Amino acid sequence: MKKQTKKETPLSIEPRPQNPIESLIRMERLPHMWCPGCGIGISMGAFARAVLESGIDQNLLSVVSGIGCTGRVAGYLRLDSFHTTHGRAIPFATGLKLANPKLKVVVYSGDGDLTSIGGNHLIHAARRNVDLTVILVNNLNYGMTGGQFGPTTPHEAFGTTAPYGNYEYPLNLPYLMDVCGANYVARWTVYHVRQLTRAMVEAMNKDGLSFIEVISPCPELYLRRNRLGDALQEMVYLKENSRIQNGAETRSVAIEQKRQEIIVGKFVDRERPGYIQAMDEHLGKAMGARYQRPSFWEK
Amino acid sequence: MKKTNPKAKDLNHATADPKGVLTGVHFMNGDQSACEGALAAGCRFVAGYPITPSTEIVERFASRIPTVGGVFIQMEDELASSIAIQGAAWAGLKTMTVSSGPGFTLMMEHIGLAAMLETPCVIIDVQRAGPSTGLPTLPGQADMMQVRWGSHGDYEVIALVPNSPQECFDLTIQAFNLSEEFRVPTFVMMDECVGHMAERVVIPPAEKIKVFNRRYTTLPIEEYLPYRTGKDLVPWFVKAGTGRRFHITGLTHDERGYPTMNAEAQGKLVHRLVEKIRTNAEQIVRFEEEDCEGAEVIVLSYGITSRVASRAVEMARKQGIKVGRFRPIVVWPFPEKRIRQLAGMAGGFVVPELNYGQISLEVERLVAGKVPVTLVPHGGGTVHQPEDILRAIREIVRL
Ligand SMILES: Cc1ncc(C[n+]2csc(CCOP(=O)(O)OP(=O)(O)O)c2C)c(N)n1
Ligand code: SF4
Ligand SMILES: [Mg+2]
Repeated sequence: MKKQTKKETPLSIEPRPQNPIESLIRMERLPHMWCPGCGIGISMGAFARAVLESGIDQNLLSVVSGIGCTGRVAGYLRLDSFHTTHGRAIPFATGLKLANPKLKVVVYSGDGDLTSIGGNHLIHAARRNVDLTVILVNNLNYGMTGGQFGPTTPHEAFGTTAPYGNYEYPLNLPYLMDVCGANYVARWTVYHVRQLTRAMVEAMNKDGLSFIEVISPCPELYLRRNRLGDALQEMVYLKENSRIQNGAETRSVAIEQKRQEIIVGKFVDRERPGYIQAMDEHLGKAMGARYQRPSFWEK
Repeated sequence: MKKTNPKAKDLNHATADPKGVLTGVHFMNGDQSACEGALAAGCRFVAGYPITPSTEIVERFASRIPTVGGVFIQMEDELASSIAIQGAAWAGLKTMTVSSGPGFTLMMEHIGLAAMLETPCVIIDVQRAGPSTGLPTLPGQADMMQVRWGSHGDYEVIALVPNSPQECFDLTIQAFNLSEEFRVPTFVMMDECVGHMAERVVIPPAEKIKVFNRRYTTLPIEEYLPYRTGKDLVPWFVKAGTGRRFHITGLTHDERGYPTMNAEAQGKLVHRLVEKIRTNAEQIVRFEEEDCEGAEVIVLSYGITSRVASRAVEMARKQGIKVGRFRPIVVWPFPEKRIRQLAGMAGGFVVPELNYGQISLEVERLVAGKVPVTLVPHGGGTVHQPEDILRAIREIVRL
């Protein structure tokens, strides 16, 4: 293709073939608020493709977000979408799902949102194995509020509230979700869009809680402050330093240092009964004929 | 031309679903009765977290709901329960959560969210003495301003205050109806005494119980906007899973429900959130009064304190004092118009409450110095001595 110079930039945009994911994006809300090079949009693109590929009834798909840069995902998706409060997307989603199990409910939020202020809800949702898909975009810091450190920030990395480096250690999220009881646990980076998309399809088709950690660059804050290069360099870094290890022991997949190998893959895929099934079966067994299944649960 | 929902009067007035109605004459406490009220109103989802003195409500719901066809979930904390009910509400259910002081405080974030998203839901606060952990098993009435102002930002709520187990039933139904009609978090402000006292509770047959069912939009998808309203300022509802692909956010938003980050949108939204209650206040308020016009003193009280005050009123009447009784049943919005009128027809007000001055502030504001208003404060933990209220009555008469 001919390279365009500035002069040749057309004044009006030529009609172009529509990207199939546009049907899932609230185009009237663009441009989005994410910085150039931010990984959140890449993950959202992967999600939109996953929705298309999975053949899920989009009218029965809800997305619930908390607060943060990632929390804005709900607002850009042309689905029933809920932008709730900081850390509380999971309990909102729990209520939504229990009130209408026909819905596929996806929680889409940031690392700070889901693991710090919302950490308790994450733990208990996994323990209950609530029938939700949780997509956690881990950009290793609090983006929205300006780059503070958080429970996922690597040891000795800098954040605005860790001006001398982080002396805490981060959570190993796949391990946490594994021991809490989630049915499905995977981690991919935004470099691995194909695998990520496939994982999202798989996760949405599972009962119980499915959890995907998406490692995503925050070039504007985390990368810049830690002098780790720009967005493109980070993509190269993710490509060269990730190792796919499906079924890896989750205790061995922590990301604790600024620069280290990142283990990605599908770590857990099991069939504990989801919350709704467990509730339904147990009450049916315990109560016998007295049990009335909620009419709003009927197919 | 702006399209709004068509007028369809009374479309949503119905009678209770018999499945949830335990018709009969019962002897039960206020907590149990409130639970029955919720079931009768059509509540089919409760998320809760145990806390004295409200626990019996969720215990009863947990045991009753699987026989009625609904869901109870015990959440990990009150932050979770107060938002889980909103998720369930957006899927179309009537929902409730229940707590007391410390848990109620944790719910403040999502009371604001419910106000902002206009999620219909009911929250019961069985008040105990505070602050903090306070007296877990003993009464207080010190959350009366918290329920009104407790979450940040400007909004209005509706709050009702029962003074008997029977009213716990009746007013919980009413709370559901109001919350559906105005799409606003609605509160039943009980207290430990009312929650734990057992009395006769009559539960009528289902066909005698009026319920207000949610108003769903009937506009076609292309014309529908989730926060467009007509004159009553209350948008009609849409629920998840109906193909409308709507978005809602706790951020300041426009009629589309999209974040709109400017002062104009903020002004418009807050104005509506506040005005939808204020302009309908006269329709919402409910109170009970006796011998107030021309009284030397009006004793204004609510909840358990109104029953203690009755004793003081009797004593004062025996001493020849003309005493009226006034009991707000809906406390927010406050019966402003009536109190302003009475301020010109009575010699003064005595306001006993289990706090150091909350509703009395509202009375003072409305009376505006025309006649004396005497607060009879109490730290909670028990109820007033009728003699303390009597003393305040006598002091006004002497003035
Ligand atoms: C209760 C509450 N506390 C604090 C905030 C401020 N806040 C907004 S976003 C955010 C951090 C979000 O971080 P993360 O979830 O990692 O999302 P990111 O922006 O990195 O995608 C914070 C602390 C808030 N909105 N609400
Ligand atoms: S601050 Fe970071 S996470 Fe937020 S939009 Fe910018 S690059 Fe993305
Ligand atoms: Mg983050």
